[in-house]
Amino acid sequence: MTEPMLDVRNLTVAYPSHQGYTEALRRVSFRLGRGKLGIVGESGSGKSTAGRAIMRLLPPKARITADRMQFGEIDLLTASEKRMRSIRGGQIAMILQDPRYALNPLKTVLSQIIEACRIHKVGTRAEARDRAMAMLEDVHIRDPRRVAGLYPHELSGGMGQRVMIAMMLVPSPRLVIADEPTSALDVTVRGQILDILDERVEAQGAGLIFISHDLPLVGAYCDDVLVMYGGQIMERLAARDLGAAQHPYTVALNDSLPPLDRRVAVLQVPEYDSAWLQEDQP
Amino acid sequence: MSAPELEIEGLSVSFGQGTQRIQAVQEASFVVERGASYGIIGESGSGKSTILRAVAGLNEDYSGSVRIDGQEAPRPRDKRFYKRVQMVFQDPYGSLHPRRMIRATLLEPLRIFGFDNADRRIRQVLEDVGLATHFAYRYPHQLSGGQRQRVAIARALLLEPEILLLDEPTSALDVSVQAGVLNLLDALRRDRCLTYVLVSHDLRVVAHMCSRVAVMTQGRIVEELSADALREQRSHDDYTRQLIAASRGRTPLDAVNGEGAARSDPRKDAVHAK
Amino acid sequence: MSIAQDHDRGGWRAWLETEQADSPGQARAQAVWRAWRGLARNRAAFAGLAVLVVLITVAILAPVLAPYPPYAQDLASRLLPPSFEHPLGTDDLGRDILSRILYGSRITLMMAALVAVIAGPLGLLVGATAGYLGGWVDVVAMRVVDVFLSFPSLILALAFVAALGPGIENAVIAIALSAWPPIARLARAEALTVRHSDYIAAARLQGASRFRIVVLHVMPICLPSVVIRITLNMAGIILTAAGLGFLGLGAQPPSPEWGAMLASGRQFMLTNWWLAATPGAAIMLVSLAFNLLGDGLRDVLDPRDD
Repeated sequence: MTEPMLDVRNLTVAYPSHQGYTEALRRVSFRLGRGKLGIVGESGSGKSTAGRAIMRLLPPKARITADRMQFGEIDLLTASEKRMRSIRGGQIAMILQDPRYALNPLKTVLSQIIEACRIHKVGTRAEARDRAMAMLEDVHIRDPRRVAGLYPHELSGGMGQRVMIAMMLVPSPRLVIADEPTSALDVTVRGQILDILDERVEAQGAGLIFISHDLPLVGAYCDDVLVMYGGQIMERLAARDLGAAQHPYTVALNDSLPPLDRRVAVLQVPEYDSAWLQEDQP
Repeated sequence: MSAPELEIEGLSVSFGQGTQRIQAVQEASFVVERGASYGIIGESGSGKSTILRAVAGLNEDYSGSVRIDGQEAPRPRDKRFYKRVQMVFQDPYGSLHPRRMIRATLLEPLRIFGFDNADRRIRQVLEDVGLATHFAYRYPHQLSGGQRQRVAIARALLLEPEILLLDEPTSALDVSVQAGVLNLLDALRRDRCLTYVLVSHDLRVVAHMCSRVAVMTQGRIVEELSADALREQRSHDDYTRQLIAASRGRTPLDAVNGEGAARSDPRKDAVHAK
Repeated sequence: MSIAQDHDRGGWRAWLETEQADSPGQARAQAVWRAWRGLARNRAAFAGLAVLVVLITVAILAPVLAPYPPYAQDLASRLLPPSFEHPLGTDDLGRDILSRILYGSRITLMMAALVAVIAGPLGLLVGATAGYLGGWVDVVAMRVVDVFLSFPSLILALAFVAALGPGIENAVIAIALSAWPPIARLARAEALTVRHSDYIAAARLQGASRFRIVVLHVMPICLPSVVIRITLNMAGIILTAAGLGFLGLGAQPPSPEWGAMLASGRQFMLTNWWLAATPGAAIMLVSLAFNLLGDGLRDVLDPRDD
């Protein structure tokens, strides 16, 4: 990793509650170069909050503090809302779980991609159109002309996610945040979508933050993995070392999954240790 | 182990009329022995849940036969059938009535079937699924996903059925919670000699829970194999092999691409919009 | 919030707020308590509720509170403006308007309550049954509803009263008959959204009969929106009742019904404003209170906000 693209230090997000503030995210720090960073955790671990905090997409009542949240030369903590609007979708793209909710149901695929082009790029309508068609081909859609004219409800899950990727990557973002991009998809389609995402991110030289609950998937797909629990980072390790994880939470998470290669009588049910949340961040 | 407890033969289900007609399940046949756990694995729209709903009588519009101990299940299903066959649904957030106390939900089958000692039975069944007694006095929104699914299992157990139909019982849960629920289901089956039909899209869950597994795609059972064969990847069917490979995380792009075109057929979405 | 804190802080509150309920009664009380806390936090709704509580108290205590009998005429003191003896003045027959307004609240509230009691359950039952069963039951029920809905409710009530004869009882029946169809529509829409839900399927698998499912499972789901609707409609119902009274088809003249009072005060509007203005203000206040409460109930009861 050379110059980090994204540098987050001690990011804390808190929501108002009955007793002052409740922290949804606590002192989360990480740096991202041009690699693929996976954030793994179960529901409530804060993994999605982390992604949204970087995009500054959290509800206004959330209190965000950090020592540093630097994206290239932009300070994400202090950037104005107007600046953020051009960063979102332009320099940082976000791919969500279910394309059926993320796409506008009343517009065709093509017009949505063209719109994405035109918001973030200067160019004529014809240029945007060409780019959109090229992008549809880039995400391995076999018949881009036919798909371009379809409405979101006419797309299957996998096709919808390809369109979503095309739309998000058309302004050439420098960072892509994918929040459970394949959780709504069938396993046999999942692989293709991940490969396409990988190929596009690679081709455009962007960084990728891949948020998922699926430990084996993240292990196979990313370069580095952050394991989160209770709003904190439990450990950070290289994906290939996931099998030899040290932290008891990562180990327990691994063991609770029914294995595919052997028969076990009883699955391990993780036992949580409140001490994990007291530990200081590395 | 004598006669098979549950026999499905030539089961077909279709939705819609005329040109819109979609064959959701075509000629599915399988046999489940008493005390066994039978798995059906498939992707969305493969028709796996449709089979389960037809067996449960939630969709009576099917052709073919559903036999229990050699006897054809009545249409519409009667109370005697539900005394023997119960079901656990996928989404624990949707399968409990949001405005009824857990106690009222659990009391319902006991009232309908005129069981005595209702409160003692409720206490016992909650204990059996690993919940404290005071959970009876909560509302669904006060429980976590895993706790709700335990309540749903408790409700299914109250009538002391012999066959439990499990429709993706853990797919809405975190893996750490899933482990607990799967262990519970496994223990209940052994202790009570229950027969399971488990439907899932997750190869890991099916391989762990079941002894025999049917693989479904596009409304057909393409292969039936043992869990050991599944684990050891001894399959003769292309689709099964592809599914195993994808579940194991190895998915060479070219291996799947051929199927990709068929899969992106827009009609497929119509199939799982039940 | 302050209301909640003014309650005794000791045992009761802890009992209501503890995480673990130990009996069905406690669990139910806790649910009611949470709803109450939600309502108390909503200022407008709470104001509406307060007005209605005051109004109900006034209606009950009317004989005690009213300075004069409502029908007592005193032709010597006709059309007096508000004064110390007659805080809201007197009407053209010398009757004390304050006393008549106080007694009138009984009539108005009784009519509103009767309409709610008739139209609410009727609409709920028809709508939930039609929505859950579907098929021809649904078709027939909804066409009947369509027929009712194709007339403005006041015109429909007018037609019923014309057929049944004027009077408070007939006005109540007429208003109830014109008030249930929209409620049935609403209940049906709610029932349609839940008929394919897993918990209804689960109830079927427990061997529950259709009747049991409609009454015990579908109707509780429709209930909150029906309660909200009726509360919001209450303003309209009161206005319809007053309208019928105003047109001489509801409560008959000596009766201190607000609409009838407004009607008889109309001819003095330019010279003696208080005759028409006071019943008018009373009608407005009560309608507003019901609307505020209805809005608040929507915030508290509507599960979609969770």
